[in-house]
Amino acid sequence: MNAPLAQYLIFSALLFTVGFAGALVRRNAILALVGIEIMLNAANLNFIAFWRFGPHPEALTGVMFVIFSIAVAAAEAAVGLALVIAIYRHRRTAQAPQFNSLRG
Amino acid sequence: MTTLPLLTGLIALPLAGGIALLLTKPAQEKLARAIGLATSLLALLIVGVIWSGFDRTSGGMQWVEQAAWAPSIGIEYHLGVDGISLLMLLLTTLLVPFSLLASWKISRQPKLYFALTLFLESGLLGTFTALNFIHWFLFWELSLIPAFFLIKIWGGPKAGAAAFQFFLYTMVGSVALLVAFLAIYAATNTFDFGQLAGLAAHGEIFGAHQRLAGAIFLAALLGFAVKVPLLPFHSWLPAAYAEAPTGASMLLTGAMSKMGVYGFLRILLPIFPEQMRAAQTPLLWLAVATIVFPAAAAFAQRDLKRMVAYSSINHLGYCLLGIIAATRLTPGGMDFTNEKAAALNGVVLQMFSHGLTAAALFYFVGLIEERAGGLRCLHDFGGLRQVAPVFCGLMGITVFASLGLPGLGGFVGEFLIFKGALPLASWAAAIATLGLLFTAIFLLTILQRVFAGPLPGKWSHWRDLSAAERWCVAPVIGLIFILGILPQAVLDVTNPTVLHLLQQF
Amino acid sequence: MDFIVKYIWGAPLMPLAAAGVTALLPRARRRWAAGLAIGSMAFSFLLSLAAFTATLSHAGHAARATLNFRWFDFGASSVQLGFVIDPLSAVMLVMVTFVSLLVFIYSVGYMAHDENFTRFFCFLALFASAMLGLILANSLLLFFMCWELVGLASYLLIGFWYRKPAAAAAAKKAFITTRLGDLGFLLGILLLYARAGTLLFYDAGHGCLEQAAITRLLTQGLMGGLAVSTVISLLIFCGAIGKSGQVPLHVWLPDAMEGPTPVSALIHAATMVAAGVFLVARMYPLMSATLLPGTPSAALQVVTWIGALTAVFGASLAVAQNDIKRILAYSTVSQLGYMMMGLGVGGVAVGMFHLLCHAFFKALLFLGAGSVIHGCAEEQDIRQMGGLSKTMPVTFVAYAIGMLSLSGVPLLFSGFWSKDAILHAARHWPISQTPFLLGLIGAVLTAFYMTRQVSLVFLGATRSEAAGQAHESPLVMTVPLMLLAACSVLAGFVGTPAWPWFDSYLLGENATFDLARFSLDHQLSLMFLSTGLVAGAIGCGAWLYARRRASDPAEINLLIRKFYIDEFYAATVLRLNACFAQLSDWLDRVLWQGVTHALAACVQFLALVDRGADDLLINGGFDRATDLLRAGGGLASRGQNGQIQRYFRVLGFVVAVIAALLIWEVS
Repeated sequence: MNAPLAQYLIFSALLFTVGFAGALVRRNAILALVGIEIMLNAANLNFIAFWRFGPHPEALTGVMFVIFSIAVAAAEAAVGLALVIAIYRHRRTAQAPQFNSLRG
Repeated sequence: MTTLPLLTGLIALPLAGGIALLLTKPAQEKLARAIGLATSLLALLIVGVIWSGFDRTSGGMQWVEQAAWAPSIGIEYHLGVDGISLLMLLLTTLLVPFSLLASWKISRQPKLYFALTLFLESGLLGTFTALNFIHWFLFWELSLIPAFFLIKIWGGPKAGAAAFQFFLYTMVGSVALLVAFLAIYAATNTFDFGQLAGLAAHGEIFGAHQRLAGAIFLAALLGFAVKVPLLPFHSWLPAAYAEAPTGASMLLTGAMSKMGVYGFLRILLPIFPEQMRAAQTPLLWLAVATIVFPAAAAFAQRDLKRMVAYSSINHLGYCLLGIIAATRLTPGGMDFTNEKAAALNGVVLQMFSHGLTAAALFYFVGLIEERAGGLRCLHDFGGLRQVAPVFCGLMGITVFASLGLPGLGGFVGEFLIFKGALPLASWAAAIATLGLLFTAIFLLTILQRVFAGPLPGKWSHWRDLSAAERWCVAPVIGLIFILGILPQAVLDVTNPTVLHLLQQF
Repeated sequence: MDFIVKYIWGAPLMPLAAAGVTALLPRARRRWAAGLAIGSMAFSFLLSLAAFTATLSHAGHAARATLNFRWFDFGASSVQLGFVIDPLSAVMLVMVTFVSLLVFIYSVGYMAHDENFTRFFCFLALFASAMLGLILANSLLLFFMCWELVGLASYLLIGFWYRKPAAAAAAKKAFITTRLGDLGFLLGILLLYARAGTLLFYDAGHGCLEQAAITRLLTQGLMGGLAVSTVISLLIFCGAIGKSGQVPLHVWLPDAMEGPTPVSALIHAATMVAAGVFLVARMYPLMSATLLPGTPSAALQVVTWIGALTAVFGASLAVAQNDIKRILAYSTVSQLGYMMMGLGVGGVAVGMFHLLCHAFFKALLFLGAGSVIHGCAEEQDIRQMGGLSKTMPVTFVAYAIGMLSLSGVPLLFSGFWSKDAILHAARHWPISQTPFLLGLIGAVLTAFYMTRQVSLVFLGATRSEAAGQAHESPLVMTVPLMLLAACSVLAGFVGTPAWPWFDSYLLGENATFDLARFSLDHQLSLMFLSTGLVAGAIGCGAWLYARRRASDPAEINLLIRKFYIDEFYAATVLRLNACFAQLSDWLDRVLWQGVTHALAACVQFLALVDRGADDLLINGGFDRATDLLRAGGGLASRGQNGQIQRYFRVLGFVVAVIAALLIWEVS
């Protein structure tokens, strides 16, 4: 419990980096989505940390944010996965580089 | 005098008839033709009513209708007829049914053709009755548009170019005319012909701007010179007349060419008397050239329609000779009123008789072309008299009327013009008589080449005039005889007007 | 007289009505057409006789009755027309109606097989009507109108056999050549109208042929060095030159023989061509007006010279012709010259007397020639005839009478008296004796060519099959011949020096019989001279042609080629006309049209420049700008490749940069 704020932040940054790297590198759209989820959770961790070490820890603002965020992430994952499945059905692949129909 | 607005009705009638026949169903072509003919005959009837009710003792305007239109800029709705316009109305309304009958069998878009002809009639009637410049100019231009389409759509192979040239040439003249009258309006604040003539009679129209007046006169002159046409502004005419369909050629030469001469009488003479006198000598020689050169040029043509077109220029040249000779300032106390009256009466008679004769000539040439399947060169024919004696006889009468045989339409007018012009402009008149000789040469050449000689085998089944064709041309031939034998019937109407015009002048 | 003049319009009007009705008849109504024409002509003949009788009673001056009426008004004055009956018109009237009647009757036989029989009588009646109107006219305008109408009738009848190209060409030539003269005539009329103020001949002292007007015209000053009256007279005489086939406008008359022979007899011998002579006679008061009493007026001198030249010219050309009708045509030209000369040197009576006699014997000769042609199956070449006196005796006798008349065989034949009167007057002409000599030469030539013709046609052996099978013509043709032959003989006796009834009649005096007049003024010696010359010529002709087979002596080519007059015209007038036509056409196509086209080209050039500016500057500018925009867009869109991960990469890069910036800022 005595771990300082900086450690949380460093951990969160690492987690974000791992997620970001996954989102960038993985060709499979589902794994990219997993990366994005990880990045989101890194952000959630930041929220909690700043709440806990902030000036008003008695107000539950951080937790509220995170709960909302998790709900939104769940919805986003659902939509994202549904999209991937739809694209998969259409194109018989889940490889992200082939999804280029939005090309300008 | 009657209070009915007969003139407005007369002008509106062909417009209404034209629109009505356009509204008929596509299958009802017969009905449309009947409407067209009935409208034109009704117009003739109205002119007949005006003719019979016309006061033959007065030279002024009758049946005047006047209403404000756009008073702030001097535009009025102002109509009226005097002897000259009445005769032109009669000519127009006579020729339109004749032209419609001549084009009865036209196959391409007959409804549009009939409607355009009626619109053209409306434009002509409006031009011959309007007494306010803008009002007049409106109709002057209005008549141009149907004429353009008549030539372009129904004309011969080169009709497009001919129609274009015709339209542009006339348009240039019209624009010059419009500019001239805008300048006059700026100077006098009125567009009314009567008021302008009154001002001109006192020399007040241009005040101190005499040099400007010359330019304005030249611009107005250009407008009419193109329309008549006066040499050297005539080069649009042979092509336009030759390419136009028969019915349109008849109206072009019969009625539209008279618009220019009418403009000389109604506008140039009363409004620009000083300038006309100043320009008399060059104009006189141009008129002589208009008589002599086209008559000679006609002899060099091989196309019948072009020959008749050139003869038309030649005949209108006599009109110009008469008008221009009549502008001469009376020298030292000698009274030339009678000579001037003779010349101007002759001009009006010549306009009328040439309208009939030239239209009939185009009608006959059109029939020849139709029967020969489009051929109309002199050397394509020969000996037709053998198979078509009535055709030959009636066309012969027309040809002799055209070359001024006594007893037929052309003689009295030409005699009066020369009678007036000889004392007023001796040398010009003497040289102009050469035109009579040239006309005889080429017209008789037509008769000789087409009707005499051995009959080529390919024409042995040539049809003589059918009964319908005979009845179509009979009234015109009858009028040609009446004009030649009883010119008084026409002079009764024109003489007071001419005297009135000369008083102003 | 005043009574008859009120109804004299019936004389021209009846044939006109007949012509009008006939024009509307179908071709098959032959009897109707002939009946109407002949009936109307008989009516006119009777009316003419009535008018003639009325003029016989006189009171020391020529009887004259006029009927003037207004035709139309212009300005404050009016144009008047009118009819006049005086001895001049009455005697012409009788002659024309009589000859016309005979020719009409003759035509029934001559044209019997023609398909356009009705049309022929229509034209003939039209001609007669116009000719009678011309004779009766009391107004130069009416005269001119009828003058043109007889020209029209002549045109129609010359070209009657329109299928022959030569006939159609001859008709056109006739109309145009006479119209050339008519231009002068018209100018003369207009000038007279302008100067005298009226065109009526006689109008109770106000007419243009009456003393007041003539004096005014004489004293009105000069035009180009000539008195006004002379100028007018000469211009009017131009018309007569054209119509009466005087040199140099005679070329149309021989060609006019392409028409049917009755037409040649009536129009181109007896009546219409004499209208020019009649015109001069009618205008004589004006023509002869001069300020110097005792000398002939300048106008009459011109008339005399032209007439004398024509007389010799026509006669010499007639010598070399081989067409029976062409010989007569040239003879007509020559005789018309005599008439003009007679008018010039001797006055109205001398010229008119020859006109009348000539009308009878020349109509007789033409109708006789027609009978010969009819009998010889349309053969017209006299070298192909011969010996016809046996097969066609009536025609031969009639023709011989005509020939003797024309040649001027003394005492019995009219031509002798009328020609002698002319020669006698010429002998005493104060200006020059040349016309007299020319007249004598003409008389010799006339006798010679007529003898040649008669010998070759009627005497000797037959020289062709057609001539061998010749037959006498039917009565309907020979009776008019006999009547005309009688007239040719009898007409002469009203104008002998001993009993100059004709002169007196025209002047309105009583004629007296006085044999002593033969010895006045060398009358007798002149008669002997001309008789001797004629006898010599006839003898010479008979010696050359009647004795042996026809072969012309070495006639010079000049005569056969008619002095190259036609060629001359072809090379000058016609070419000039064609050149002028070409010039006008060229002017039209090149100059006037060229100016227009040049203007149009200018406008087109401007339009081209305008279009260039539009295309290059404005449109080009827009195009360039839009191209640039499009390229920019393309570049920009290259980033939008739809690869989410690429976007992430960019995003990440940007976040990294921002982070670096922030860190750099803070530190």
